[in-house]
Amino acid sequence: MSTVNGIGETPAHEGGSARNDKAEKIDFSSDQEIRWCPGCGDYSILKQVETLLAQSGKKKEDVVFISGIGCSSRFPYYMDTYGMHSIHGRAPTIVSGLRSVRPDLSVWMVTGDGDAMSIGGNHIIHLLRRNVDVNVLLFNNQIYGLTKGQYSPTSPEGAVTRSTPMGSTDHPFNPLALVKGADGTFIARSMDRDPKHMREVLARADAHRGTSFLEIYQNCNVFNDGAFEVFTEKASKPDHVLFMEHGKPLLFANGTKGIKLDGMTPVILDLSTGAHSADDCWVHNERDGFKASILVRLFDDPRLQGAMPRPFGVFFVADRPTHEEKLQAQVKRAKEVKGPGDLDKLLQGEHTWTIG
Amino acid sequence: MSINTKPPKPVEERSNVVILFAGDSGDGIQLTGTQFTGTNALFGNDVSTFPNYPAEIRAPIGTLAGVSGFQLHFGSVEIFTPGDQCDVLVVMNAAALSANLDKLKPGGIIIANSDGFDKKNLRLAGYIDAADPLTDGSLVNFQVHAVDVTKLTRTALEDSTLGMKEKDRCKNMFVLGFINWMFSRENTLAEGFLEKKFGKKPDLLEANRKALVAGYFYGETSETFTTRFEVKAAPLPKGTYRAITGNQGTALGLIAGAQKAKLDLFYGSYPITPASEILHELSRHKNFGVITFQAEDEIAAIGSAIGASYGGALGITASSGPGIALKTEAMGLALMLEIPLVIVNVQRGGPSTGLPTKTEQADLWQAVLGRNGEAPIPVLAASTPIDCFDMAFEAVQIALEHMTPVILLTDGYIANGSEPWRFPAADSLPEIKPPFIASREAGTPSAAEAFLPYARDERGVRPWAIPGQAGLQHRIGGIEKQDLTGNISYDPRNHEKMVRLRAEKVARIADRYKPIRLDSGPAEGELLVVGWGSTYGAIRTAALQLQKEGHAVAHVHLRHLFPFNKGLGPLLKNYQKVLVPEMNSGQLRQLLRAEYLVDAQGLNKIQGMPFTSEEIRVGILNQLKS
Ligand SMILES: Cc1ncc(C[n+]2csc(CCOP(=O)(O)OP(=O)(O)O)c2C)c(N)n1
Ligand code: SF4
Repeated sequence: MSTVNGIGETPAHEGGSARNDKAEKIDFSSDQEIRWCPGCGDYSILKQVETLLAQSGKKKEDVVFISGIGCSSRFPYYMDTYGMHSIHGRAPTIVSGLRSVRPDLSVWMVTGDGDAMSIGGNHIIHLLRRNVDVNVLLFNNQIYGLTKGQYSPTSPEGAVTRSTPMGSTDHPFNPLALVKGADGTFIARSMDRDPKHMREVLARADAHRGTSFLEIYQNCNVFNDGAFEVFTEKASKPDHVLFMEHGKPLLFANGTKGIKLDGMTPVILDLSTGAHSADDCWVHNERDGFKASILVRLFDDPRLQGAMPRPFGVFFVADRPTHEEKLQAQVKRAKEVKGPGDLDKLLQGEHTWTIG
Repeated sequence: MSINTKPPKPVEERSNVVILFAGDSGDGIQLTGTQFTGTNALFGNDVSTFPNYPAEIRAPIGTLAGVSGFQLHFGSVEIFTPGDQCDVLVVMNAAALSANLDKLKPGGIIIANSDGFDKKNLRLAGYIDAADPLTDGSLVNFQVHAVDVTKLTRTALEDSTLGMKEKDRCKNMFVLGFINWMFSRENTLAEGFLEKKFGKKPDLLEANRKALVAGYFYGETSETFTTRFEVKAAPLPKGTYRAITGNQGTALGLIAGAQKAKLDLFYGSYPITPASEILHELSRHKNFGVITFQAEDEIAAIGSAIGASYGGALGITASSGPGIALKTEAMGLALMLEIPLVIVNVQRGGPSTGLPTKTEQADLWQAVLGRNGEAPIPVLAASTPIDCFDMAFEAVQIALEHMTPVILLTDGYIANGSEPWRFPAADSLPEIKPPFIASREAGTPSAAEAFLPYARDERGVRPWAIPGQAGLQHRIGGIEKQDLTGNISYDPRNHEKMVRLRAEKVARIADRYKPIRLDSGPAEGELLVVGWGSTYGAIRTAALQLQKEGHAVAHVHLRHLFPFNKGLGPLLKNYQKVLVPEMNSGQLRQLLRAEYLVDAQGLNKIQGMPFTSEEIRVGILNQLKS
């Protein structure tokens, strides 16, 4: 390759890192050298997506990846599918137009926390309320990677970054609460360090018709290393991560703790004393929109004493017709009622007069 | 149907008449205007119209800010503009008179609804001490006819069970009936219209019809009107006509283009004056495979159109001033992707929010130059409502056949103005052939070939491969790409090469233009007027007049603002002087000077209002003298 890293918006990469070339995945990898920093969480996500697609039986030509701008948004170049690396924050707009005319394709959108929650925030909420059928992968690293380390709309308050030497003064977004507020029809969270979980949730997202919104905690080991450590490291994971399963009680800490709804307030039950059992806990129902609104709000700072665990998995699923279905139905109905367009009639209009 | 026995009133013949209807935005003046226009067009006159809306939707009743106007120019001769000054001014209240009196020719006729001149109306219109101009002698230079339209309409509707408010709504029909009488026209078309509009509401239909007839008879019986006028049919080319506004023309041109390319049309847009009618019009034609998408903002509007084009449809977006500004970054993306896209800018007064309901041509630099990086995008401009159709069609042709975004400039003046259109047969429009490429199915010999999404044909145009096509998977993006493969490349030499390739591709679009043609005047001579866009009618009228008077003045009207027609450079050399009238402070003039080192002079008006042909005529004469 003849590429030379520019000085501006390119993180200090050591060059590409080796791909895992197992036969099942080869299909979906492009011939492009991967230029994320070694150790970046993006690699793991790429791998799981390739694996999922290879197993899904989709044809490469029927898959499209649309991204904005950011480290994560380089993703489409690494897939041997159709792809567009567009402009910062605007991927949802491209997706909306593409899906409107091509309901037959499998469309994926790759975005970062700056791309989706800051510059593209407006588009994201409208994508969700319209329920455009796309799988949105939000690579949340709580930092601006590509521009080298400024705080993002998901960085915690007080975050010391290159643009906030005295700490960020901004209250962060809770992305999934925002998604719920915009009436998203599929809401899920996973993490780069748990490939198996990610693959399962990716498969669920892919199967859903409508906007599937999957937030993936992704480590930026260069500018924000360890941001999600408490959720990903063996020692702290059990106490801080709550894996939700449909129809099952909300348990964590290896089953020694559970969540109960006390009125509208979730509380932690200690199941180790014998005073409470799993039967007392809140049973997860993905179809319950009201409860999902509470679940997405389990967003405590894990450093705080008595913090609620952070839920992972599928929060909510709803069936609602997709935007493109409704658009296409109108076109179909117009053709049925008025007949297919007759250009001569159109040019002639409703009133004419003749001279001569 | 005449019920009186008096002898018919004398009829005076006129070759052309300009009439301006003005009133409160709630007076229904636009309807009176369009109906009278329709009647004249049907009769065989050439017509041109210019509606002038207030910026506020419902400004306080009776105020100057609330005055809405509709100007119509019709004639037995060819008509190129809605007219400089009017012969007849119809005003529904004092504010309408005060706002428009300067547009009336000396000796012109004023028809005033006297009910709209009470103390309150006079004060709102700014008449000092509520002095009534209809009676205080200040209008001695005009022929004033005060008619109590409100009272007469109410009297005509005495038997109606409608409420007073609804009865008063029929005033515009009384006026229409009267004007029909005054210009020797029948009420037939208006009656047909009423039947269609109120067919399901018999009491409203009856009332409106009665008011219409009452207005007509009022002309016949009232003592104050001694003459009627007659404007004979114009020698228009034989054929079938319809009326068309510029925005309708644009919408139809876009649909026709999509049909001729056998593509679905996707229109992404965010409402804005004066471009919204394109959205409204297109949304009515879904049976042509038209999808309209009212996006969350103008960025989403253009982004969605790019996405649709990427999916293999014809992506289109339109807006005006502030909305076009928002689309800028995405235009750069479309140009980097080299994907078909049409961007329509219905210009209005700027900068910023500017003058939303007024017209201007001040976005030319923005269209030609206003992007980051070396970002050439072809720019076309429409000159009349009909030309909006032709240029919209050509914009689609260029976008699809050259794989490029194209900017089409129109403006509020022609977008809302209308003229009779001898519409073409669908068959007469050329087929449009995008550079599609065949799929490479696995197992076929072609599958082994590497697909190069940025390989170019002899015109510099890349192939259009669409998601779903086997064997053509590829990635595109706004980041600089390697020649041929489209992969990301930061190679300095590659960047320079790509910048040149993109520029050359756009430059070669000029190869497809027809040779440049003068609109009127000698092939060489004293002065060439170079116009673009909606100034066409005013320049044409002025140029024809001066030529008649013996001046060696020619007129060329540019439809291609970027790249220019190759014949333009040589043409400019054939004249001693070059004058460029524009509704801006000299944007085309600067481009011509930069491109051709020609000492072009400007004639500039930046008032949110179109040029009158008289202003252009005087401007040319001054230039000839200097
Ligand atoms: C209009 C515009 N503004 C700013 C930028 C610079 N920029 C590029 S990526 C980026 C933020 C990236 O952060 P994020 O979306 O979190 O993605 P990451 O790089 O962390 O994956 C910014 C500000 C740009 N490319 N375009
Ligand atoms: S997200 Fe961080 S680690 Fe990953 S490529 Fe960007 S800068 Fe490097």
